[in-house]
Parts: sequence; structure tokens; C-alpha cells
Amino acid sequence: MSEDIQAGLAEILEEVAGVAPADATPEKSFTEDLDVDSLSMVEIATAVEDKFGVAIPDDELGNIKTVGDAISFIQKNK
Amino acid sequence: MTDVVVTGLGATTPLGGDVASTWDALLAGRSGVSRITDDWAKEFPAQLVARLAQEPAEQIDRVRARRLDRSQQVAVIAAEQAWAASGAAGAGVDPLRIAVVFGTGIGGALTLLGQDDVLEEKGPKRVSPFTIPMLMPNGPAAAVGLAVGARGGVHAPVSACASGAEAIRWGLDLLRFDRADVVLVGGAEACVHPLPMAGFAAMRAMSTRNDEPERASRPFDKARDGFVLGEGAAALVLERADSARARGAQVHARLAGAGATADGYDLVAPHPEGEGAGRAIAAALRDAGLSPSDIGHVNAHATSTPVGDTAEAAAIRDSVGDHVLVTATKSQTGHLLGAAGALESVFTILALRDQVVPATANLDDPDDDAAVQALDIVRREPRKASLTAAVNDSFGFGGHNIALVFTTA
Repeated sequence: MSEDIQAGLAEILEEVAGVAPADATPEKSFTEDLDVDSLSMVEIATAVEDKFGVAIPDDELGNIKTVGDAISFIQKNK
Repeated sequence: MTDVVVTGLGATTPLGGDVASTWDALLAGRSGVSRITDDWAKEFPAQLVARLAQEPAEQIDRVRARRLDRSQQVAVIAAEQAWAASGAAGAGVDPLRIAVVFGTGIGGALTLLGQDDVLEEKGPKRVSPFTIPMLMPNGPAAAVGLAVGARGGVHAPVSACASGAEAIRWGLDLLRFDRADVVLVGGAEACVHPLPMAGFAAMRAMSTRNDEPERASRPFDKARDGFVLGEGAAALVLERADSARARGAQVHARLAGAGATADGYDLVAPHPEGEGAGRAIAAALRDAGLSPSDIGHVNAHATSTPVGDTAEAAAIRDSVGDHVLVTATKSQTGHLLGAAGALESVFTILALRDQVVPATANLDDPDDDAAVQALDIVRREPRKASLTAAVNDSFGFGGHNIALVFTTA
């Protein structure tokens, strides 16, 4: 379940920001480790909403700092 | 006065993905014009376009490309070619002394129109967060500035089809005022889309010779009926002659002078006798300290519209004289709007370097207009010539006129 989400998220990260799928591991920070900027985070959030059928309010997006944060958000809200 | 030289050239055009292939295709007389086969064009009066010979996707990383409008992609491609060719990157130039001036006529029209479709179909939440940076008209300049790490100033002149030439003039001024040590200048355009096509067609500005794409752009010819929209970009690296020579840079030409005027006549129609255009050329000659007899070649703006070409012919005849070898390279490249002045400056520099003037394609029957008849317009095949100085002029809707004078290195 969490592996499926991680794989799906990795696909999005690769498409939007060119992150190698192997690098998209839970402990990685989007901005610090994966070099994802704020506008790309918005694109990633939109893609996550489409792919996983969740809604990410703007005030929640700021709390999603790592790949692991995103995975648990998706798990909780799916 | 500060001596300014050109040390790098770059381009991606309807004739080729770089300067060398573009120049070879130009001299070989190849056309970049084709008929649009997309369904949307079927009902359009003008269905011709000069698309890029090489898609940007082949020259630029996918992830980088997806956050750049097509006009920004071509800007970056041409600019990086020029930058690499100049060797400035390895010469230890202080980033605070590197400036960029890059113009566009239309800006990120493809992004604007594409995201409007998204808005209509899917709503505001699906509009890309990159919409604004991709559509803003300073986008090509900003993208180029980031690409080369320019921190001495990034500027974006917008003067329709004179934008690329205006960028070059602006670069010259920056060096003369000692605002920078190296300036990367140029122009970019990529707006092949139904809306701009319909808008230009509504002005009756575009050729409707749909059955003969390669013969449609025919500057100065009696049967010309409008321009063909082209896409692409061109870039030049400018620096002071002393510092360029000190670092052993290859010097392609001198940018000897520039002139800028406004018609003050009509929003889009050129002055019929090319008054403002002629004044721009005369101002550029004065700026360069040259007299008309010094000029051997003019790369004309000549877009293949009925009124524009005769007005320009009068301007050239009256400001430079009838001894110059004139060419109109839009006959093969189409009209790259905000990139035209930059690309045609590259052609002017290469003409000086190779001592050859490219031919004006499709000039089968020169217009009866007295000024057109008076000029020596090179046609059928390129002409060898002994050239020391040449002019490139550009004009834009709004009455903007820019002339640039280049001399041999």
C-alpha cells in the first residue's frame, strides 16, 4: 500500500521535477534533498490530487516537507 | 568611442538547429516554409508557416523544457550556443559584469493560450503555476540570464518585429556606458498558433499563396502578398574589443553603430517613403562614423508585404544609396518577428566574414516601384563581394525603426 503510493509519487516527481525514482525515498526533503522548488511543489500537489483522488488544501501543502509526509497524507486522506 | 565586437553567435531557425546549418541552408537557397497540415488551419486564409528545423526537445533537457515557454526554449538554445562559442564562460568574467538583453515581439503566447484552454476546460485549480513566468515577455531574457548566470542586469526590449535588433542596440549602449563587460543579446519568437495566425491574417498581412509554400515569401517581388510567420531565435555575444582581444576571443565582426527612430505616423502602417526607417539608417551610419559609400551590403527587413517593402526600398536608397547589395533573407526563413533583427544581424555578420551576400529567393519580377528598381537586390544565387561594412535594419508595428552597422573584424 505504502509502496504503491511511494512508486506513484516517484513517477510524479520524475515527470515534474526530473527526480530519479530511486531517490524518491520517504526521508527525502522535497526542497533540501530533491531540489524541488515552490512552483513545482504546486504542480506535484495537483498531480497527486489527480492520481490518488485526494484534496490537498493550501495550508496542508506547507506541512508536506518530505516524501514520507506526502505518503502519510495520501494514506490518511485517500 | 568604445569599440564593441561580436565574439559569439547562436541560432535555431526554420533553416537549421544552429548557425552553421542555417547559414549553409540559406546560401543553398533552401526554404523553411511549409503548409500547415493541422485541422485547425483548413479554414484559414493564410496556412503557411516557417517552423523550426529542429524541435527544441532535441536540444534541451525535458524537465527544463517543461517549465519554459517555447519562445524561452529557443532563446536559451540560441543563447547557450553563442555563449559557448564565445568562450566567455571559461574566461572568468565576473557574473556581476555579465548582462543580457533579449527581446520578443509576442512573448509566451503559446502558454497564455494553452493555459486559457486549461482554465476553460478544467477550471482555475488546474492552471499551471508556471503560467506567469512562461507567458511574461521578459521570460526569454530571464531564462537566458539564468542560463548563463548573468547578474549585471537582464533586460527585455519589446518593439514588435524590431525587438531583436533593439536588444543589440541596447547591448551596445550597455558596453559604451560601461554597465557590463560582456552582454548576451538576441531575440526569440515562437507563436505559431491559430490566434496569432488569425490576427495577422485579419490584418491582411500574411501571404495566402497556400499552394506554393516555398514561393510564398517573396520580398520586393511584384507578386508578393504578405509575410510568412516563422519561429526561432538568434543570439550574439558582445564585448569591448580590448578585453575580447586580451582574452584571445575570436572576433566575428565589429558592431560599429546603431540608430533608433520612431515613425510617428501610424500604429501599424509604415511611412510610405520610409522616412523614419531612413533616419534610423542615417543615424546608425553617423554613430558608426561611416559614410554611405562605406556600406557595401544591407540585409533588409523586407517582410514581403506590399507596402512595407517599397517603403524600405525608398529608405535604403535615400539613406545609403543604390550602390549597396541588398538581400531579404525572410524569403527563406519567413518572418521571425522579435527574433528577426537578431537572426538577420547574424546573417549580416556572416556575409562580412565570408564576403558573400545571400540571394533573395523568389524575386522573379522586381516591383515596378522606382526605389525597388533602383536597388541592386541580389537574387537567383549568392553574390561574392568585397565588403567592409554592412547594415541590418528592422522595423516593428508601432513605428519602431532600428538600424545596426557591422564592420569586418
